[in-house]
Amino acid sequence: MGAKADVARTENRKRAFGEGMRDGVPIGLGYFAVSFSLGIAARGAGLTPFQAFLASLLCNASAGEYAGFTSIAAHATFLEIALVTLIANARYLLMSCAMSQRMPPGIPLRHRLLMAFDITDELFGIAIARPGYLNPFYTYGAVLTAAPCWAFGTALGTVAGNLLPLRLVSALGVALYGMFLAIIIPPGKKDRVVAVLVALCFAASFAASKLPYLSGLSEGTRIILLTVILAAGAALLFPRAAEEEA
Amino acid sequence: MKINYLYILIMAGVSYAIRVLPLTLIRKQIKNRFLQSFLYYVPYVTLAVMTFPAILGATQSRVSGLLALIAGILAAWLGADLFKVAVLCCIVVLGAEAFLL
Repeated sequence: MGAKADVARTENRKRAFGEGMRDGVPIGLGYFAVSFSLGIAARGAGLTPFQAFLASLLCNASAGEYAGFTSIAAHATFLEIALVTLIANARYLLMSCAMSQRMPPGIPLRHRLLMAFDITDELFGIAIARPGYLNPFYTYGAVLTAAPCWAFGTALGTVAGNLLPLRLVSALGVALYGMFLAIIIPPGKKDRVVAVLVALCFAASFAASKLPYLSGLSEGTRIILLTVILAAGAALLFPRAAEEEA
Repeated sequence: MKINYLYILIMAGVSYAIRVLPLTLIRKQIKNRFLQSFLYYVPYVTLAVMTFPAILGATQSRVSGLLALIAGILAAWLGADLFKVAVLCCIVVLGAEAFLL
């Protein structure tokens, strides 16, 4: 029985890994386009292609890296770099909290350590969109497809910023947002609160990008502020019943 | 030049700490109803906030970004999966910018 269960578990892991790799493809494509432009920023900051590659491989953050490169270009202090990275990436803290609630009971620490490495908007989004407990192997599959695109795209952008035709960069750039939509729109069909909330978020985010003072904040800070305010508001007004747990 | 490696190391350390601490330290199911609801709403809110209006600035023309947004919402509502919605948005932008620009 033990052997049989082992085989079933291995099969399950393989399937989840394969599905992760497949779902990682559009993410990788989007990453490639976005990281290409990030590479241009890295070159502006005086990083070599290898350094840009390394930064992307280790940091996996668009806004965070961009903020970091900008600070490097300005010869910021180490403390400043750390703070800027913290603020630009603070939303990953919230995502990590949300993921902690969906971890299978008794999962080994090594999976927690590995799964944390590449919590990004996109990889978090596709993992959390699956029903039930998070499957580490799904995440590994997606990371293995997407993360190299991110790192190589950055390096390539540093080497040759103007290699891809602008039209292609422009088209690839919306792939990420298409994925976001595929995650946030379908739940609204079943849960009207989510549907209205998403519409409200669009409006609030648009307003925040135009309003004085708020529009002066960095994009990362604005995202955190809006996330905390809007999610807290929704949780206060429309708390979820215990049995509705995802 | 060498100082860049230190910068990168700091960026990487902070980025990882933010991601790994909650995931390793929060071992229990959160019982508080407000916190539970808050964490349930966080992904939708944060992704929605990041999508709009940023999608309008991701393309060469704001109109093509808007068209991609509308197409993406419709396709997702009608049940298209992640990959299809993403590809559709790209195609809409390619098509629209061929006309617009």
